[in-house]
Amino acid sequence: MSESGYRTGPGYRGPSAIRLVWVYPDLLSTYGDRGNLLVLARRARLRGLPVEIAEVNSDQRVPVDGDIYLLGGGEDLPQVLAARRLAAGGPRAGLAAAAARGAVIFAVCAGYQIVGTEFGGAEGEPVPGLGLLDIRSGRGERRGVGEIVADVDPALGAGRLTGFENHQGVTRRGPGAKPLATVVTGVGNGDGTEGAYAGRVAGTYLHGPALVRNPGLADMLLSWVTGPLPPVDPRQEGLVLQLRAERLAAQGAPA
Amino acid sequence: MSTSSPPSRRFSLPLRARLATTVGGAAGRASRLAGRGDGSVIGGVIGLRLKPDLLSLLARGRQVVLVTGTNGKTTTTRLITAALGALGQQIASNAFGANMEAGLVSALAKAPDATLAVLEVDEKYMPAMLTATTARVVVLLNLSRDQMDRAAEIWMLARRWRAALAAAQVRVIANADDPLVAWAAGQARQVTWVAAGQRWHDDSWCCPNCGSHLRRDGEDWYCGECPNRRPPVRWALVGDEVIDPAGRARPLDLALPGRANRSNAVIAFAVAEVFGISTAQAMDPVRQVRSVAGRYTQVERHGTALRLLLAKNPAGWLEALDVLVPPPVPVLLAVNAQTPDGKDTSWLWDVDYRRLRGRPVFVAGERKLDLAVRLEADEVAFRMVGGIDEAIAAARGPSMEVIANYTAFQQIRAVLGRVG
Repeated sequence: MSESGYRTGPGYRGPSAIRLVWVYPDLLSTYGDRGNLLVLARRARLRGLPVEIAEVNSDQRVPVDGDIYLLGGGEDLPQVLAARRLAAGGPRAGLAAAAARGAVIFAVCAGYQIVGTEFGGAEGEPVPGLGLLDIRSGRGERRGVGEIVADVDPALGAGRLTGFENHQGVTRRGPGAKPLATVVTGVGNGDGTEGAYAGRVAGTYLHGPALVRNPGLADMLLSWVTGPLPPVDPRQEGLVLQLRAERLAAQGAPA
Repeated sequence: MSTSSPPSRRFSLPLRARLATTVGGAAGRASRLAGRGDGSVIGGVIGLRLKPDLLSLLARGRQVVLVTGTNGKTTTTRLITAALGALGQQIASNAFGANMEAGLVSALAKAPDATLAVLEVDEKYMPAMLTATTARVVVLLNLSRDQMDRAAEIWMLARRWRAALAAAQVRVIANADDPLVAWAAGQARQVTWVAAGQRWHDDSWCCPNCGSHLRRDGEDWYCGECPNRRPPVRWALVGDEVIDPAGRARPLDLALPGRANRSNAVIAFAVAEVFGISTAQAMDPVRQVRSVAGRYTQVERHGTALRLLLAKNPAGWLEALDVLVPPPVPVLLAVNAQTPDGKDTSWLWDVDYRRLRGRPVFVAGERKLDLAVRLEADEVAFRMVGGIDEAIAAARGPSMEVIANYTAFQQIRAVLGRVG
């Protein structure tokens, strides 16, 4: 570990490396959330971009100088705790400070709700979120469990999303956030939209390793840090594209 | 009904229950003959339709041991059955893992004269089955993420266990090394704590009681914010030895591989103690268990010795990877995502596959592409194959290890002719 808490590898080139921060894997990592970290690191390295990774547990301080912050899913109680701890440092510390200086935040499921203004706790009571995204989430009538397909806002150029959702959340956007995508099949926010984004903060109900089948979304996040990216060697993403096509076809939606 | 045990339990059942078990038993035989399954569920399903409280009726007057947790239920059930064999009595058991109500009903109906029953129970149904069977002993092995599209979230599950156990008259045998299990058993009246170890930590970084980050110090764990901590244990697994309540160490020397099975064996000794069976008496039968419902079986196929390992969730994969014979022995991984497997393959990303680098790896199953992408991210070289025979033909070695999840495992066993 370097002094700033990032793990450095042979490819370390100081400040030019992309710094990935996985926020609270001890609280927010229910099912394969590590996948997002691995996919971002892989797709950066495939372009020759060095990567540094920090996994920050809930008893540690969230660094303010990361490039991309990842928040995963969690059950009710861990979600409330994570929100409370992330908010504890105030607006000039940790994740809030990183967001203020323009860092990329990608939040999944429970993490998506946490970066919003408010979400529902274990008994449905409102719990304050971090207010980094103008959304409010509550509990819906029934759990949305299954494959989801959604088309990303064309302005973002990330294509069609394929993933798995498993949540009971219903999310409404305020004027400060746009829908990340429009639902083709599945539940998403509950109003025909899926996820939300504003500036460089994006969230989604696609749970766990949401970026695995969505290399376009992964590249969008990376390019928010680096600017336009060169394409990946097709031999290095043939399998991902096959998997993506197979899963979309299984939902009756072409890639 | 008399309180003493009648000579044949079947005749103590009310007429409708007798009819229900007879019709159910016939259906189970028909199912086996038709090749539709091992017949361990269908009979129970039909029986329950005729008589919804059949399980309570069938359990009445028997001493029931329930075994639950996310990993190791079937193996531990088998080991406990072996250990209790020292009593020389007939034991009813759902040895093939049919662990919901219908499976329990079938197991009991098939052994009407057994006064003992060792039954594995799906973790979601444990509270209801505890009530229905008025079990004497319940074993809590572990709780970790498992098929989240259909299983309850595990903190919620732990809460339900805790409430059920606080209200029940049952001896709990619980793994003190799993903080979620320890919390779930925390209000039970009689608990035997076992240091059975915990290989998978990723679902217990936080205190189930207050949510603070748990501290770990070797085997010990404690919460820095509330009084919750690892309870003092009566039994322990240390290396390859079981430490009994008197502090005596005995080598386990099991036929079954791996640390997880050594843990399961120690749990079996703790259950045996409740029934007055000493570790010395239970040791040989426990050691001799070699294969459990086809798992760990060695099978010869086209000149290659295959060993079959079942892994259904990240903790199970971790344990399966632990027991692999070292390289260069090739490994076949097979993954499906049918309903019994969980339809969500996200869990693949919770398993660290880097240990498979440097040996031939074959990938099969209905979701082999998910697995392929996962291995690619871990920089593990592999080859995709259509099935087990293609892997054997490609590897052309004397032996091969096979790890598969639930329905992929069943499919491979079907190809191999249901051996073991």
